[in-house]
Amino acid sequence: MCLAIPAEVIHIEDEMATVRVGEALRKASLMLLPEPAELGDYVIVHAGFALHKVDPEEARESLRLLRELASAADEEGLN
Amino acid sequence: MKYLDEYRDPQTAKRLLEALQRRSREGPPMKLMEICGTHTVSIFRLGLRQLLPAFIQLISGPGCPVCVTANEDIDRAVWLARQPGVITTTFGDLLRVPGSSSSLHMERSKGADVRMVYATFDALQIARENPGRQVVFLGIGFETTAPTVAAAIRQAAAEGMDNFSVFSAHKLLPPAMRALLDARDQQLDGFLCPGHVSTIIGAKAYEEIVSRYHIPCVVTGFEALDLLQGITLLVDQVEQGRAEVLNPYRRAVSWEGNLAAQHLLEEIFEPVDSTWRGLGEIPQSGLKVRDAWKDYDAAERFSMPEIQVKEHPGCRCGEVLRGILTPPECGLFRKVCTPQDPKGPCMVSGEGTCGAYYRYQMT
Ligand code: SF4
Repeated sequence: MCLAIPAEVIHIEDEMATVRVGEALRKASLMLLPEPAELGDYVIVHAGFALHKVDPEEARESLRLLRELASAADEEGLN
Repeated sequence: MKYLDEYRDPQTAKRLLEALQRRSREGPPMKLMEICGTHTVSIFRLGLRQLLPAFIQLISGPGCPVCVTANEDIDRAVWLARQPGVITTTFGDLLRVPGSSSSLHMERSKGADVRMVYATFDALQIARENPGRQVVFLGIGFETTAPTVAAAIRQAAAEGMDNFSVFSAHKLLPPAMRALLDARDQQLDGFLCPGHVSTIIGAKAYEEIVSRYHIPCVVTGFEALDLLQGITLLVDQVEQGRAEVLNPYRRAVSWEGNLAAQHLLEEIFEPVDSTWRGLGEIPQSGLKVRDAWKDYDAAERFSMPEIQVKEHPGCRCGEVLRGILTPPECGLFRKVCTPQDPKGPCMVSGEGTCGAYYRYQMT
């Protein structure tokens, strides 16, 4: 099952990271991550492998689009 | 939690939902398919189906890896588990899926050494600790899982291990989406594309489907706002007669996808025709270990016999996976088939549609 929640990298040793999801700590291999990870990065983890590093810029942008969508929805409601 | 709470914000969710509820549509309902089993579970957990207006119909698709695994592959896994000295390793879901006459769980209670692992590197570790025994990893899963299995094969080769192999029953989702559209047994109006399969293959993977079938595809995340956004962007497109690939789930999915993982997949596996439960054989929808790596292919290492496959009479999981039947329409649902005594994989798996209907009391 996909772990839908981004996990925070809190420790790195060679190609293996320890990540935190809520209270839980898990191991995540960094072998498949296309870019280097650093402590404090958030990654998408599946079956013990980090597959994607969350880009904070992209995340901000997508939140902005979401809010825009919600405001557009409100305006429609007023019309 | 970061990257989580903001996508669950109830106020924004309410606004998006109310906007959808204000809309209406003439004619038959709009059928939007969520491909991914994790989406199905989120949708049920949130109770979204009941909240959406009647003109939007969400349909669960074939995105539960255990569910779409054909009975013959379950039977082969059971056969492997029965071989003397073999340690079979797998992710948990597969254990209780019934094959023609047995399951891995039943084999284990009869003495087979079947072990659940968290990741493929755990299977490698078991192989290192048991040099005199063959360790087989059952590779079941989509594009998200397959690279983690490819990584294990490459690692085993680097260490020169001779007691680790993979039974590859991996499946690829875009060919299944095409097969669903080609089957023409229902009209689908849009796809909520899987979140983390897309992390690997990239949003661009759906371009071909969009242009060939003129059906909108939106790559969607798993939280309430992600789902409402995905649905809204699909409804907008259908209403305006547009069909595009949109990727609002950019915090986890890029246009190109994970190129490192794609290259590794390409290096270790080759696409082959593959049989899916419910969908039959789909061209180029499975992954086989390439010849160059055949020492790590369980299908090469063990000479598996032809297996006579028997389907459970009455289980209609195949139709459920195609989205043409809902679980309560299956005569066995809840009466005979329950998560405690599942008759088909769609009831076993945490991502299975029958299991989701059962747990969330849908009738
Ligand atoms: S309810 Fe059980 S028997 Fe019926 S389709 Fe689902 S898994 Fe198969």
